[in-house]
Amino acid sequence: MKFMDEYRDARLAAEYAQAIRRAVTRPWTIMEVCGGQTHAIVKFGVDELLPRELTLVHGPGCPVCVTPLEMIDRALAIARQPGVIFCSFGDMLRVPGSDTDLLSVKAAGGDVRMVYSPLDAVRIARENPGCEVVFFAVGFETTAPPNAMAVYQARRAGLKNFSMLVSHVLVPPAMEAILSSPNCRVQGFLAAGHVCAVMGYEEYLPIAARYRVPIVVTGFEPLDILHGVLLCVEQLEAGRAEVENQYARAVRREGNPTARGIVSEVFEVASRKWRGVGEIPSSGYRLREEFAAFDAERRFGVAGQTADEPTECLSGLILQGLKKPHECPAFGSRCTPERPLGATMVSNEGACAAYYRYRRPAV
Amino acid sequence: MTELMDASADFTASCPLPIGNYPHVLLAHGGGGRLMQQLIDGVFGPAFANPALDERHDGAHLTLGGQRLAFTTDSYVVRPLFFPGGDIGAMAVNGTVNDLAMCGARPRWLSAGFILEEGLPMETLQRVVASMQTAAAAAGVEIVTGDTKVVDKGRGDGLFITTAGLGVIESPGRIGPGQVRVGDVVLLSGDVGRHGMAIMSVREGLEFESPIESDCAPLVAPVMALLDAGVKVSCLRDLTRGGLVAALNEIADASGLQIDIVESAVPVIEPVRGACEILGFDPLYVANEGRFVAFVSPDTAELALTVLQRALPDIRPARIGDVVTGRPGLVTLRSAIGATRILDLLSGEQLPRIC
Repeated sequence: MKFMDEYRDARLAAEYAQAIRRAVTRPWTIMEVCGGQTHAIVKFGVDELLPRELTLVHGPGCPVCVTPLEMIDRALAIARQPGVIFCSFGDMLRVPGSDTDLLSVKAAGGDVRMVYSPLDAVRIARENPGCEVVFFAVGFETTAPPNAMAVYQARRAGLKNFSMLVSHVLVPPAMEAILSSPNCRVQGFLAAGHVCAVMGYEEYLPIAARYRVPIVVTGFEPLDILHGVLLCVEQLEAGRAEVENQYARAVRREGNPTARGIVSEVFEVASRKWRGVGEIPSSGYRLREEFAAFDAERRFGVAGQTADEPTECLSGLILQGLKKPHECPAFGSRCTPERPLGATMVSNEGACAAYYRYRRPAV
Repeated sequence: MTELMDASADFTASCPLPIGNYPHVLLAHGGGGRLMQQLIDGVFGPAFANPALDERHDGAHLTLGGQRLAFTTDSYVVRPLFFPGGDIGAMAVNGTVNDLAMCGARPRWLSAGFILEEGLPMETLQRVVASMQTAAAAAGVEIVTGDTKVVDKGRGDGLFITTAGLGVIESPGRIGPGQVRVGDVVLLSGDVGRHGMAIMSVREGLEFESPIESDCAPLVAPVMALLDAGVKVSCLRDLTRGGLVAALNEIADASGLQIDIVESAVPVIEPVRGACEILGFDPLYVANEGRFVAFVSPDTAELALTVLQRALPDIRPARIGDVVTGRPGLVTLRSAIGATRILDLLSGEQLPRIC
């Protein structure tokens, strides 16, 4: 398939691996930020091709994983209410809240629907004027433009029965949080290509300079990742700390100005809680005041609802790259995709789930 | 931030209460994945235990008056009732016929039970029945008994069909996971993922450049061709929910052997690959209704592939892997870039990814 097979070529992969081996002279730890990259790494076995000196740690870029427990609980509380049609992307449905998940709410009679686009939720609202339709707006900068567009269109259509439960997070503040931790092991980043396709990469320049880390904007196919690793390693070995763009076929320096425009019209930057990590200032989006009528937290009065995260789950450390999934004592025994302790085991993109599916050690 | 991290570093490894004892049946319990396996292991298996059931094959092997028979049943619930490449009627015949074929049996007789929802257009029912008639004729089976029930409007999804089938086993030896041996070659009858993506595209209103048609088809002819040619068949399994991965895991599990397959050897047509890429699906897990894997002894593997290629020239039968000594019950995949990973069952259904 065009634009795919050429980035999954075994011979080229071997050549990249060879080039990386030649470039590496000592141990380095590189974090791939995005859950999609983690998924590709374990699915294709990219890390098996890397020299022993290189450690890839899996970053916080899985939207399902970092959505805080209390936000899932708020979603569950809304979805349980009669007369509500609760719409969500597919992989949020299985994420456990404090006591249950959205699929179980559906099984118990709730109207929970999987949609492929937030605009589908707007259409459902238009077709069901007697119901409250709520969309669970989760994700990083990548999903922010369509989500913003949904609110924008709902307002333009004068819809009174559409609202959005917003749990949007941003990549650069999370990277800074990781870098400013005293336990930080990360020496270089593969930045999330699709986030940068929207936002561009100018905001990474001060991070690379301040923390002296190379940041390589990287795509999602196996050869993209190998290429990103090679560029990052070359910088590390040469003592450089620059922002480089491996994913030039999709990413421009300034990103996508139209997408950024609609995002900043509808959303404003706000403090956000990250599952397993805690509150990070200016690390997410909330609806601007002029769109407050579309805020599901206000409409359903769930904004005050809080939840304590289970302390036994290591997902916070895993999301920061401080631990690998199999270093958790619960991994594969008390914590499995059927009985997840934390969201990193639930999401397809979660580091624990990816390890469980593709790397389960001998039992 | 730093304080929070330090606090989280100080974790305890006590066991909290997981969400595992589902008080309700979830859709995923029927998804062909691990939850369905748990349902079979925890509810049905213990209650009905007997030697024929415990083999956990597609159909039961029975002997009656010296005659070896295969007996199976399946229920069909599909929305929409008509989809590109098939309909619930064709599925209800072919699915059961295929389960019998997987026992090395020639399907002979089928029963058909209909649960109709009040208000179902008579024309719809007639179309479905006509389709069953055509499929039965193509597979060489007769529908010899049936039943009809009607439920109140809103208490059914238009039409559910249950078929049971009886066939006469023609293979000289037993065919089943217990017969699989180290060294056996794994053949796949054709490209995977068409049925699941065809249903998905209609149900979810996804439009792809070239429409994807279900692979719904009877598998009697290619199976009989293998047996007639003298291929030493250890095990056959048609691919349904859970796709190729579910079938391979079931056989690896039941045979206590390891199966290695090569990703690049598994045929997938371009429209299916494209649709899967968009949704974040893996075609190896997507449902099929007209494909099977054959485990054959290495000395007849080449013959088997030739026979399949002659019987099914349009769908690219292929040799995809081998049975090896290793970890019992494990299925591994050599990836496109040459690394190896585990091919595990999914917990439930595949869910489209956010980004």
